[in-house]
Amino acid sequence: MMDFLTSRAFKGTVFVLLVIGLIVLPFFLRPFGLLLVAMWMVHAVAALGLNLTLGYAGQISMAQGAFVGIGAYCTGLMTLAGVPYPIAFLCSGVLCFAIGWVLGYPALRVQHHYLAFVTLAFSTLVFLVMRNEEWLTNGIYGLTDIPRPVLLGWNTGKAQDFYFFTLLMTSILAFCVWWIISSPWGRAFVALRENPVRALSLGVDTRRYTLMAFAMGSSIGGFAGALYAPLVQFFEPNSFSLTLSLKLLLMVIVGGAGTFFGPFIGAATEVLLPEWLRIAQGYYLIIYAMLVMVLMMFCPTGIIGLGERVIAHLRQKKISSERSAQAQAMGADTADKKEGAGQ
Amino acid sequence: MTPVLQVTNIRKQFGGLTAVDGVSFSVNEGEILGIIGPNGSGKSTLFNCVLGQYQPTEGEVRVDGQLVTGLRPCDLNRLGVSRTFQLLQVFPQLSVRDNLILAGQEHKGTMGTRLFGARDAGLTADANRMIEFFRLSHVADEKAGGLSYGQQKLLDAAMAFMAGPRLVLLDEPAGGVNLTMLGHLRERLQAINAEQNATFVVIEHNMEFVMALCDRIIVLAEGKVIAEGTPDAIRSNPEVIEAYLGH
Repeated sequence: MMDFLTSRAFKGTVFVLLVIGLIVLPFFLRPFGLLLVAMWMVHAVAALGLNLTLGYAGQISMAQGAFVGIGAYCTGLMTLAGVPYPIAFLCSGVLCFAIGWVLGYPALRVQHHYLAFVTLAFSTLVFLVMRNEEWLTNGIYGLTDIPRPVLLGWNTGKAQDFYFFTLLMTSILAFCVWWIISSPWGRAFVALRENPVRALSLGVDTRRYTLMAFAMGSSIGGFAGALYAPLVQFFEPNSFSLTLSLKLLLMVIVGGAGTFFGPFIGAATEVLLPEWLRIAQGYYLIIYAMLVMVLMMFCPTGIIGLGERVIAHLRQKKISSERSAQAQAMGADTADKKEGAGQ
Repeated sequence: MTPVLQVTNIRKQFGGLTAVDGVSFSVNEGEILGIIGPNGSGKSTLFNCVLGQYQPTEGEVRVDGQLVTGLRPCDLNRLGVSRTFQLLQVFPQLSVRDNLILAGQEHKGTMGTRLFGARDAGLTADANRMIEFFRLSHVADEKAGGLSYGQQKLLDAAMAFMAGPRLVLLDEPAGGVNLTMLGHLRERLQAINAEQNATFVVIEHNMEFVMALCDRIIVLAEGKVIAEGTPDAIRSNPEVIEAYLGH
């Protein structure tokens, strides 16, 4: 049972059940609920991208919010200009991939908090471009009336339709991330995070994998932005300020960096939990901040890490009880033999 | 016959300090060469120059006759040169099997085939063989970080052999290993040497281990080679005794 809980089959089952649950869910939700769950999925996609860069490859980035912004602006501007959504969606990902690749170069020279400051500066730069370059971004007025796509005759204009579209795209992007992390690339990313010098000595081209980790994580951030734009249909530069990057970082850390489901759980704590904790009114942030502090103190591997620790503890307990039972059985057997020999 | 490794007049300076000063040696196929010397004699710096971790100030390194001076460690590894480090270097969050698959995967295919091809890069059988060879079967699915020090040391060595290298440089493989595990490690290295005609260069402080394992030994002191010969010749060399014990 314990082995099943950590197996790939279990993770696959959870993913399929999650998707089925999300297919059924809209029939029980009002439009606001649909918007909220779709928002959760978009944030989860952005956090999945950051998790690839930070959680798996160990390269800290405080610019994921900026990539969501670049993706959103790219899709928003292109669809407002009449470009079909699929092309705009792909362009958002490709553009962020290219910019992420370039941003990866500093990571070849600096690490840890120095890298955090490089990406933080990039995030601020993107925000200033969004706010000040009115000819391109419409400045502080942002972009409005972004159309929702019509795909092969399917109009996603209504809340429920767009919800299903978001679910479909989230599933595809999550599958892509799962494919990457379970491939030899995923193993190389983990090696890069844990011991780049040793990885290099084993033939892992750490330079290329570092750039790839940045580019792919950023690209997924861009795809999240491409989903965000038609979801909210209006945004302005503040939507993608440093706060969003910090929130995404928190989602990855709280959920469990370097785990597939961590970003989904982290995004739920950031997007869905505030709604459930409305009852706590202004105390919500205080409660949340305290929970994060306690979690980081006692389980820095996040909520998924906490679950894994519980499973490991239960497994150890089971092994210990099996061993003591075996020892008792052997003891009884030896006593019987001695008794037999005495007679 | 071209030596597997030929090091010619390697010099490495750090500012005013000359850590390695004109060292030359060669290693033939199937040979086990030991490099010994007191602390600070330049052994690890020499290794790092040979393996591309440091760019030597002077001199050249050839593998199978091919000039490899200054190549990046990953490129050198793909040419068939592998190594272990002085301090234990496994990937603690990966399982024993995944550590081994990782050690071989970059030798298979391209970046593209590694992304879209088999999840294990077709290396599970090879990894299992290596696991069995180093007697790690009972911990094959455990995370490497959870193994004992000796088991991690065995895994570390196994990773160096995973891709079937031409040449393996082992930096203090016996460091911190208990006597039982030490005998086991030496026996495994000798077995690989005999079965695969593998070529090793070993840096070691444990004299008993290095004397029993190596065919030939060179001794470094203050960055220079002060003696070279068979283990018996080295054991009785007065210069070596002086370098270790002082005047």
